[in-house]
Amino acid sequence: MTSGRLTIGAFVSIDKDQLQTLLECLQQVGYRTIGPQVRDGAVVYDDLASVNQLPVGQIDIQDGGHYRLEADESAGWFDYVVGPHSLKNFLFPARETIQQLTLQDGSWASTTPEVEGPPLAVIGVRGCDLNALKIQDRVFLEGPYVDPHYQARRERLFVVAVNCRRAAATCFCHSMGAGPAVSPGFDLALTEFTDRFVVEVGTDRGGEAMKTVPATLCSVEDIQTAKDVPKQLEKQMHARKPEDGHPQPRELDTTGIKELLLGNLQHPRWDDVAERCLACANCTMVCPTCFCSTVGEVTDLTNENVLRERTWASCFTGDHSYTSGGVVRPSVKSQYRQWLTHKLASWIDQFDSSGCVGCGRCITWCPVGIDITEEVAAIRGEDI
Amino acid sequence: MSRKPKLGVFKFASCDGCQLSMLDAEEHLLGIAGQVDIAYFLEARSHIDAGPYDVALVEGSVTTAHDAERIQEIRRKSKTLITIGACATAGGIQALRNWHDVDDFIRYVYAHPDYIQTLKTSTPIADHVQVDFELRGCPISVEQLVELITSVVLGRKPRFPNESVCMECKRQGTVCVVVAQGTPCLGPVTHSGCGSICPAHNRGCYGCFGPKENAQPLGLLRDYQSHGCDQRQLVDLVRNFNGYSPEFREAVEQFETSISSDNA
Amino acid sequence: MTVSAPFPSVNRLDPWKAHSAKICAVFEEVPGIKTYELELEPAGVRDEYRFQPGQFNMVYLPGFGESAISISSDPGSPGRLLHTVRAVGNVTNALARKQTGDQILLRGPFGSWWPLENCIGQDLIIACGGVGLPPLRPVIYEIVRRRKEFGDVSILYGARRPEDLLFTNEYESWRKAGIQLEVTVDLGNLGWTGHIGVVPTLFERLDVSPAQTSVFTCGPEIMMRFVIQEAQDRGIASERIFLSMERNMNCALGLCGHCQLGPEFICKDGPVFSFDRMEPYFHMEDF
Repeated sequence: MTSGRLTIGAFVSIDKDQLQTLLECLQQVGYRTIGPQVRDGAVVYDDLASVNQLPVGQIDIQDGGHYRLEADESAGWFDYVVGPHSLKNFLFPARETIQQLTLQDGSWASTTPEVEGPPLAVIGVRGCDLNALKIQDRVFLEGPYVDPHYQARRERLFVVAVNCRRAAATCFCHSMGAGPAVSPGFDLALTEFTDRFVVEVGTDRGGEAMKTVPATLCSVEDIQTAKDVPKQLEKQMHARKPEDGHPQPRELDTTGIKELLLGNLQHPRWDDVAERCLACANCTMVCPTCFCSTVGEVTDLTNENVLRERTWASCFTGDHSYTSGGVVRPSVKSQYRQWLTHKLASWIDQFDSSGCVGCGRCITWCPVGIDITEEVAAIRGEDI
Repeated sequence: MSRKPKLGVFKFASCDGCQLSMLDAEEHLLGIAGQVDIAYFLEARSHIDAGPYDVALVEGSVTTAHDAERIQEIRRKSKTLITIGACATAGGIQALRNWHDVDDFIRYVYAHPDYIQTLKTSTPIADHVQVDFELRGCPISVEQLVELITSVVLGRKPRFPNESVCMECKRQGTVCVVVAQGTPCLGPVTHSGCGSICPAHNRGCYGCFGPKENAQPLGLLRDYQSHGCDQRQLVDLVRNFNGYSPEFREAVEQFETSISSDNA
Repeated sequence: MTVSAPFPSVNRLDPWKAHSAKICAVFEEVPGIKTYELELEPAGVRDEYRFQPGQFNMVYLPGFGESAISISSDPGSPGRLLHTVRAVGNVTNALARKQTGDQILLRGPFGSWWPLENCIGQDLIIACGGVGLPPLRPVIYEIVRRRKEFGDVSILYGARRPEDLLFTNEYESWRKAGIQLEVTVDLGNLGWTGHIGVVPTLFERLDVSPAQTSVFTCGPEIMMRFVIQEAQDRGIASERIFLSMERNMNCALGLCGHCQLGPEFICKDGPVFSFDRMEPYFHMEDF
């Protein structure tokens, strides 16, 4: 057994049931614990009071426009991958009041609402989503202006990451260098074995949270076995061999992708995809990095009390590019082109990284199954 | 604005549901009454002010020759004319007659068909007069109505995002019924505003708020069909409260053509 | 036993917080366009406020929203803040109903500016149309004040009709300062004896030394397109042509995503760009 606080980089082994101890420990110190659970046929993130809520024994079958959960005897506690929700739903909420104004004695007074509620601890964050978090950090925290609302949540966030053992057919994190192994940025990272979890400590905060969880230090062999789990999966993903009766796994060739997309703004494929795309904006809503928003005015009839409300917005609307001279991108073609070229190309100029982590949500949650990997391959001129 | 704007509420062929929504907005109604002069609203009060009106809210579609004349007069008397609800905006459920012979319906329904005087079609208000603004929905949303009246009072553009139902679903964290359950849903081609009520209750969207901008219902229908949805049910799904809106109408007509050519 | 959770204290400077500004005066420039003279409140904020020519403020009317409006006053007198605004949308129409003494809110200044300091000793062509002149007026004031630091300076300005021309009472002072001012309208009237035609045609009146000339242009994109063409035809390099772009600016902070044009956020990377940065996308339809 270990004793005292674990240092950064330590690997320990815990019985599976001890995940509940960790959860309770986080709750005790004041975290609101969030984790995966099944709702309406999908794995979503919501308040997790107990590990009994986890979708143990479930896997998700994902394909373009398709998501189904299945019970699988060989599945462990975390063998489903990502559902429609991501950390974005919590750190950059879909609706949020960013300013409150009141008219007092004929003059406006404004206040910045405090970010309410306890700090968040999220259990089950995958490699792709951890990278998406870092990408949103660049947008909201590392530019010339810092968003105080995101910052308040982000700085207090506790991340319990999970190394994936299984990929859905829509996953292509291996192509984007965003997974399946989790990269630094977690407080704790779990790797699931048949009878236990190996826990890697990523921060002092993580080490402290493990103080009361009964754990044994891992042997060198154990650590190696744990590290091999995501490596093994990555090899499988590169091989693109479908599971029995399951869809073909994806990949995305990122070679020279910025030049490829920005150099092909007149490619006929944009017309082709515009025929299929509904501009419903589901892809942008489920994307864990998409950050567009609109601030609108919520008022009473007398306009003496005003809330400035920020809501998720999407480049798949005319409102998004509205100017007094007209809508800049009125057509589905121009909107899809904006989304794809931003996500995979101009994002690199803006934030020094791709805007895509290969989580595959945009493929799965597109009602007509438009596939970002397929669209890029078509522009590259590959047979698809 | 020095004096309170005069508001008229007018009913055409409809179920009165949108006017009832106005009356349902009790908590807001007193405030509204303080800010606008409700000059004509038969559903709420017997007092009649013959106009002119600053704002006319028009519920219902045009189905009789008399209505076709009446709407002209209301337009003449009103500075701003706003249609409220699917009937006024797209012809409503009664526009189903537009695909059939209305005389057949009259014969089946009425004991004395000769007493019935009606047009062959149910048409939206915009087919008859210029409409300044359309408030969607079957029925309209109370929140949107209050936002609209507030905007009229304050002289601003109402805040009605031009977007799909899906965006509302995703903001609420609702799991997509199309993707996770295979339920046909019109959300991807329908204007938001209802608060995505149906998908939040595990049902597909019925398109109550009508087509969104750049709606491509035909593509959606063909996709649902390719996943095994019944063609007839898909036609009925779209040919509904907003079935006579140009975007839904054309999509279904093309979809039906492709069905009959498939069957041929 | 409990575990201490070191939740860091958050140090927040809120970029969403708007300043209060009092409308000191309203001038009707031409029908539909007014200039608002604003005084930031309290005095401490006013004293610290500085802007560069070409920058903009987010003018905020609670309940109506914000609109990105360029500053049209002299950067040398930052305490006297002017915005020249055409009433064309939700916010600007509400602003048009405001009167002297009313309070509005604003955030700013934001964005890049006209690179006047890089043009010292050089010739300058300022080409603008309609409400494209107000964002350039701070540059003109700066040049008038420091006229000797620049070579030939010309202003090419056009409006739809003679009665739409802005700031006509200042033209004399600009000319007196040694600026060549060429004015044109699309549609003349009986009293109009000046040039008729679009702004780019005024290039004919200039004697351009391309190697030492910079161009600042602001106006409708179609006008800027032809101005840039005229400048390039005369051998002025893309790097020396500067333009002010308009896109949907919702936050002005680079956070909301609306104003993107390729890799650029117009609000924080622009609105003023050298043309070489815009060139790859400028002729792309709906981009």
